[in-house]
Amino acid sequence: MSADTAVPAPRRRDRVRRLSRLDPAALAGVMMRDVVLFRRYWKATTFSSIVQPTIYLVAFGVGFGSLVSHVGHVRYVQYVATGVVATAVLFSSAFPGMFNTFIRWQYQRTYDAILAAPVDVEELVTAEILWVSIRAGVYGLAPLVVGFFFGLRPHPGMLLVVLIGFVTGFGFCAFGVLIAAIAKTIDNFNYVTSAVLTPMFLVAGTFFPISTLPHGLRTIAQFNPLYHCVAVVRDVSLNTIVTADLLHVAVLVLWALLMWRLAIWRLQGRLID
Amino acid sequence: MPAAAPAIQLEGVTKRFGEIVAVDGLDLAVPPGVCFGLLGPNGAGKSTTMRMLTAQALATEGSIQVLGYELPGESKAARMEMGVVPQQDNLDVELTCRQILGVFARLYRVPRAERQEAVERALDIANLRGRADTIVRELSGGMRRRLLVARGLIHRPRLVLLDEPTVGLDPQVRQELWSLIDSLRSEGVTLLMSTHYIEEAERLSDTVAVMSGGRIIAQGTPAELVGTHAGREVLEIYGPPDRLTAVESQAIARGWRHRRSGPALALLGAEGLDGEAPQGVRRPANLEDAFVALTGQEIE
Repeated sequence: MSADTAVPAPRRRDRVRRLSRLDPAALAGVMMRDVVLFRRYWKATTFSSIVQPTIYLVAFGVGFGSLVSHVGHVRYVQYVATGVVATAVLFSSAFPGMFNTFIRWQYQRTYDAILAAPVDVEELVTAEILWVSIRAGVYGLAPLVVGFFFGLRPHPGMLLVVLIGFVTGFGFCAFGVLIAAIAKTIDNFNYVTSAVLTPMFLVAGTFFPISTLPHGLRTIAQFNPLYHCVAVVRDVSLNTIVTADLLHVAVLVLWALLMWRLAIWRLQGRLID
Repeated sequence: MPAAAPAIQLEGVTKRFGEIVAVDGLDLAVPPGVCFGLLGPNGAGKSTTMRMLTAQALATEGSIQVLGYELPGESKAARMEMGVVPQQDNLDVELTCRQILGVFARLYRVPRAERQEAVERALDIANLRGRADTIVRELSGGMRRRLLVARGLIHRPRLVLLDEPTVGLDPQVRQELWSLIDSLRSEGVTLLMSTHYIEEAERLSDTVAVMSGGRIIAQGTPAELVGTHAGREVLEIYGPPDRLTAVESQAIARGWRHRRSGPALALLGAEGLDGEAPQGVRRPANLEDAFVALTGQEIE
């Protein structure tokens, strides 16, 4: 559609209405920026997303695996390879959520520039989270690919991991944005990393089943979104899908929606005086 | 929209940050097609006013209309048709000039078929065609400012907000930007420019509003402001500090309008002084005299 300058400008009301909430053009514009940056950084991102699960698989899968051969019916290497998917998703979504938001907003003031254009906070936040979670979903496959070299068998269900990783990543990225919106300084992230994210990733059934935990801890673990992510990823990857997986997915979707709205609400309050 | 409708209209706008009143019952009407200068010392509320026009700050009280759109409800539609050049450099330092312009062409919804052309045009405006693929971090301060201006013009806005457009620039770059602003005005673009440089306001603005303490304390063409608030002539008296102090007490006693101006004491409206006026150098009054008379503040 080419704009002809001779055509009179559309009536005012039409112009106002044309700008819907969550305008796809605004989302695409913000994400374009991330895509451009990613073209520069994809090598480093890909490198670390391959190396990290490799280290886990060597240290836990092979090292630990000499002590533990199976968890239930699952070989320990398979158990860890599928579990580490959630770790990869967590790290590739929560950290960009926190750091990118804080740096672009507070240091580079990029968000100030974007909000002076016809883009609302809701669109800005949503686009940033969307991009990070798409990336997290795709890179969530990396541990499985690494796992193939350690004896994990490919299975078509594994393609669903992209989707699960996307939903989980959406929630964790939004959580990161929320933290960035609350944090006074970038050092505050240390509290969240050590007190929230680290226990989350350890107590999620990644390296050991939470059924081995004392009752109280087990109950707490049920509230860990990562636990639900691990459970579904493992079931679709190892072809052991059960009805309970629907519940896990529901939890992940709810978590993502809740964090998304909270992130927008808090950052709106900080970005708009 | 009728031609006479103001491009920007503020009525009784107040903005409070907790206890601090940044903008205090501001009334402002900017007619279309002019360059309107908002002149004021630092802290007068100019930047807050600018931010309210893009709905990046919300007015505590009062109503704001931009290009006929009611803010903040319709601010997105208003932002479609206006460009913003912020005071603080907020360019994406990790991107190249071309990439930044490409991203903002999208954010401003320039149709796909026209994007390439818009980017090239903006590169020409910024005079950065030769550096199009250079990462912003590696550009000089002047180049970055030109890119900042071009970014705000990528979608051919009808209204451009310039917040202290030449602050911290060397004289040559400042001149370049002034020519650019002038050519925009001659194309019929409405410009609202905040500045604390007298010369900038005087040379570029059709109308100057002097802002102080969050409100407008005087408004008119630069010549009107000078005539009303500083008279036709100024008498500058030079001398040692005690001599100036003596003249100052005399001025106070006689009710002469005066101000300290660096090493001199300036008597405003000198054309009306009687024969008792001390010896000094007469010169035409300028906007700086009017500004200081109005705000009581010296400028840098």
